[in-house]
This record gives sequence, structure tokens and C-alpha cells, in this order.
Amino acid sequence: MSDQRSVLTGEHFVNGDWACAEGGLAAGCKFFAGYPITPATEIAERMSKRLPEVGGVFIQMEDEIASMNAILGASWGGSKSMTSTSGPGFSLMMENFGLGIMTETPCVLVNVQRGGPSTGLPTLVGQADMMQARWGSHGDYEVIALAPQSPQECFDLTIEAFNLSESYRIPVLVMSDEVVGHMTEKVVVPKPEDIHLVPRRKPSVPPEEFKAFQPREDLVPEMCTAGEGYYVHVTGLTHNERGYPVVTAEAQDRLVRRLVDKIRLNADRIIRVQEENLADADVIVVSYGISARTAKSAVAMARAKGYRVGFLRLITIWPFPEKRIRELARKVSAFVVPEINFGQIAREVERCAGGRARTIAVTHAGGAIHHPGKVLSVIEEAIRVKSGSGLVEETLVLR
Amino acid sequence: MGALIEDAVIDNETMVERFLRMDRLPHIWCPGCGIGTALRSTIEALADMDIPQEEFAVVSGIGCTARVAGYLKLDSFHTTHGRSIPFATGLKLANPKLKVFVFSGDGDLFAIGGNHFIHAARRNMDLKVICVNNFIYGMTGGQVGCTTPTHSKTSTSPYGNYEPPFNLCFLAAAAGAVYVARWTTFHVRQIKRSVQEAFAKRGFTFIEIISPCPTVFGSRNGFPTGLDMMKYFKANSLTVAGADPRDVEIEMGGKLKVGKFVDNERPSFQDRLSEMWGDLGLEESRIVEAE
Repeated sequence: MSDQRSVLTGEHFVNGDWACAEGGLAAGCKFFAGYPITPATEIAERMSKRLPEVGGVFIQMEDEIASMNAILGASWGGSKSMTSTSGPGFSLMMENFGLGIMTETPCVLVNVQRGGPSTGLPTLVGQADMMQARWGSHGDYEVIALAPQSPQECFDLTIEAFNLSESYRIPVLVMSDEVVGHMTEKVVVPKPEDIHLVPRRKPSVPPEEFKAFQPREDLVPEMCTAGEGYYVHVTGLTHNERGYPVVTAEAQDRLVRRLVDKIRLNADRIIRVQEENLADADVIVVSYGISARTAKSAVAMARAKGYRVGFLRLITIWPFPEKRIRELARKVSAFVVPEINFGQIAREVERCAGGRARTIAVTHAGGAIHHPGKVLSVIEEAIRVKSGSGLVEETLVLR
Repeated sequence: MGALIEDAVIDNETMVERFLRMDRLPHIWCPGCGIGTALRSTIEALADMDIPQEEFAVVSGIGCTARVAGYLKLDSFHTTHGRSIPFATGLKLANPKLKVFVFSGDGDLFAIGGNHFIHAARRNMDLKVICVNNFIYGMTGGQVGCTTPTHSKTSTSPYGNYEPPFNLCFLAAAAGAVYVARWTTFHVRQIKRSVQEAFAKRGFTFIEIISPCPTVFGSRNGFPTGLDMMKYFKANSLTVAGADPRDVEIEMGGKLKVGKFVDNERPSFQDRLSEMWGDLGLEESRIVEAE
């Protein structure tokens, strides 16, 4: 349960970065390690002021590699921990994001996306790290990533990210963007007693019987903390249930299959989407984050013109709502996917549509948000070119 | 006399069984390697301190020495290459009661992890760093490193190393470590004493332990067995207590200066943090368990 000082109950007129920091605090975060980077710096600044007030520790590390490592260490030290960054820092964090996946360490990483590649557009928006979020560290694994579309959701989804990280023992990504991070809107912070928090799943057996990587029924192990006498061994090497390194194909299959399955098999419990006007839709606009807000006004314009257009907003990006897209692909002729990149999530939609419906990506190189008029014109194109009953020939179109 | 020896053997076994994960043995180190000796002296130091075993936590990076974390029966964290120090920083700050030490190799701590080392020393983070320096990347088969002596041959310096090595003790002292000592694996009692002295201090401490790597360093540089290198250490080590760290660079063939070079006091990161909390009228930070 959150304490009073950690939760600034009331209405605030603040930006998304502020809300991410306050969401973390409301979730019980007591440790933040970070490195300055536009447009995520405000999260670190807010944390540096607020953490000492709530009995926590803020540290500005020497780089993002160290920041990611420090939050993993803090998590094993018994603290809920968090960092934030943007593109170039996200790249540096990927190494130890992988360590967090392999060692099943709960923590939260906020990426306030800007335009890339490389230094790109430090002060301007992008959504082109969506696939890096999915596959940015080497090896095979599943991730959980959420995409807020407003300062309110920055607050709410950061809390949810902490809850998911404790539920599944995994670092969770909050994939914000520069516009959401710097946008100022009303944020309502509930009372502490109205905030649902998932506690760490502590060992249910004494140290001599405890195995830190022995999964329970839902494939997630319980977690001990350093200093409790469990003498846990934690390694980035492939390991057995005891945590000991075992470098064999069998141990690899056992471990990595479980790391993947603990998310895949729990996907229905994790995934959240927002759906509007899907019942009669011929075309569905699929979007997320700031692009979902542009898309929504385009959908409203299209419906005012009498087009049967639905709206599907991805709140959870990873794991991807494959089942839902597959179902919808049987009913509609096309998906229109506006995002500030060249079709990263559109390709996922296309994959799930499986040739039953066309996917039209509304692309943008970054630096600004989509214009609703452009999204509307692509919706109109999708309405005009209805596919027949069979499989579509051109399954992905970039616009 | 016989009884005394027997007692000593039993004590020895008890100590080793207390601090090693016996179910993980045998270890992976080569015959003649010095890491086991460094570990042994460290265990003796831990066993002789009045600190409950569950309060120790060890963090390592990647490499031969980093495997130490996997054998010590402590809360042990075998992290990514070069990243032991930032991981240890988070661990220590989240639970200041823990006695966190870092046990890793020269390549891990000073090449890929060099930036983290200097910043933790600058902050005077309360971490005890023990570095086994064997002059080479052992696990990958003997490549040149940032500590390889000039002219030494390795698999990636087949004509001799044409770079100068780091003087690790000078680096540690310059970056702000409050305790800096160097020994070789010949100096088992001195290592034990230094580890105990380091744990008795607040702040960032550094102990360099020069170690033989007969398999990939010695074999190419005139020390085909671990014993050959130990004889070299014995013959050429020169204890210079309080030596200026600038003057303790390592050159093969020359005298190997060992000893305690730095032992001073300055506020640790935690001290500064407590000071800030005091100034703000805030209670001492108590990070509660993730609830």
C-alpha cells in the first residue's frame, strides 16, 4: 500500500513526464537511477526532488548502462526501482535490460521516444523504438510494454507497469513519447487506498528449500531479497532453478521457453486495448500513444462522413494483441495504422491479419505528430479499395 | 601436535564449507591459476570478521575471476561484462545494511567497466572492490588487455603489446578511493589483512591482487607454470608501504611494488546522503521492501 507522502492525491495540471515520476512514487518506487536526456529529463528531475521526501534514493549515474544496472541491483536489494530515458539512452540500456529479463528482475523503464536513428531529433517526437522495445537486446524473450496517450495515462500506466513487473518478475517498459511527455493536461491522483498495488511475491518456503528460479503454476518464481539469508545466486548465464549456471541445450530450452511462456501464456491477463465502433466497422484504425489521439479525431471525421470506421487503441503493445487482430481481420477489409515510424506496429498487424485484410501503414519519419487529415485520406482510400472475399494480394501498404 | 593439525584441518573445512557452494565444485579454473588463492584469502578474511554471513553480498561481472560470485555461498550476483559496480551501487543503496563487495577481473573492471569504476570511486560509494589482475583476458583465450605489460605477448599482440598498461592503484587513488592496496597471490596473509581493513572502512576501497595465469599469459611470456610466476612474485615483490601510487607502475622484469598505498578518510556517498536528509529535516532514508 502506498503512503500519504508518496501519493499527491488531487487534481494537477502537469506534463506526462511529471506524471510518470508521480506514478512511480505512487506505486512505491523508492529508487531511481538515471542519466539526463531530452525529452525524459523531467522525470529524473522530479524524482531527484521527490524521492528524498518519501525515504527513497535518487542517483544520477555516469551513463544509461549504469542506470539500468543500478535499478536491477536495487530491485534485488528489496526496493521497487525505475529509470527513464530516450532513444540513445534506450540503446545503451538494452544490454542490461536483457540481464533483467534473464534474471527475472522486476523494475520499470520509461522511454520518452524522440526521433531517431542516432541522435536524431532530441526535442521532437518519434515512435520508432517500438521494435527496439520488442527485440532490442540480444537473444529471444518476451517483453511487456505499455503506451500512454496522455499525462493521466503516464501516471496510471506507470503504476500498472510496476504491478506487471512484480506479477511476472520482468522489467516493464513504458513507451511514452516526446509529445505525451511534454504535454500538460489534468492528472487526477487518487487516494492511496484507491491505488491497487501488487506486492513482491516473497518466498513461501525457508531458505534451505527455496529456489529463486523455480516457477510456480503461472511460470513465475517467487523472489527473495539480498540480506535475508537465502544466499541466492543470480546470473545472466543460462541457469537452473537454483540459479546455478548450466550451459547446455537442455537447460537453455527449459529456461528460455519458460521466460517466453510466462508472458505468452499469460497474455490475455496482461493485454489491454480500447475499442470503439468495432461492431459495424469495415475499416479499423489501430494506433497507440500520441498517434492514437490524432487517429481518434480522424475516425470521428470519417464517421461524420458516414464511413463505417472503428477504432482500436493499443494500451499494451507487447505482448501484441494477436488474438484480437486475428478475430477482427475476419470481419473487416482493412486496418489503417498511423504511427510515427515506417510501419513497425503495422507489420505486426499485417502478420496477425494473415492476408484476410489489408494493412495500410500511415507513416511518419518523426519530428511532428500525424495530421488527422492525412489519416482521414488513408481511411478513405481503404474504404474505396475494399478487398473481395478471398485473401488480399498486397497485404501491407505504406502511405 | 597431531591433534592441533587435525583441528586446523577441520576448522579449515568448516570455513570453506561455510563460505563456498560445495554443490558447485569442482570449479572451472585452470591448474596454477591464482584466483582460487585470492578467493581463499578473502574467505579467511570474511570468516574472521564479526559480520553475519547473510549481510555480505558479492557482485561480479564477466570473466574467469567473475566466476567467484558463483562459488561463494552469499547472496551473489554474476552480472554483465563490466557492470558489476553499478549493479552493486543499486544493491547497496537499496539496502545499506548489506556489506557489498565486488570481485572481478582487470579487463572487466578497468577496460569495459572502467567508467563505472572511476565514478564509484569519485562518489566514495561504500563498495569493497577486489580485482584479480592476471594481465590478460583469460576466459576468451588470452587477448591483450588494458593491464597487459608493454611487450608481453598475447593472442592479439603476437609481436608484443605496443600499449602501456594502466597503473590500477594510481587510477583508483586518483579517482578517490579511500583505501588502495596491491598484493600478489604469494601474499596470502596480507590479502586477508587488507580485505579486513577494507571492510572496516566506510567508502570505496580497492585491492589489486596480481595473479598468475599460466595457461594463456605465462605460457607465452616465460612463466609456463603457476609456480614459475609465484617464484617471480616472491623474488621481485617489494613491499613499499605508503608508496606514492604514481610510482607503482608494473613492468615485467622490474620490481613489483606491493603494499598498502592509500588509507585515508573522506565522507562516503551514504554520509553525504545522510547529511542532506539532516539538512532537509527528513528522517534517515529507509527503503522498505518492495511491498
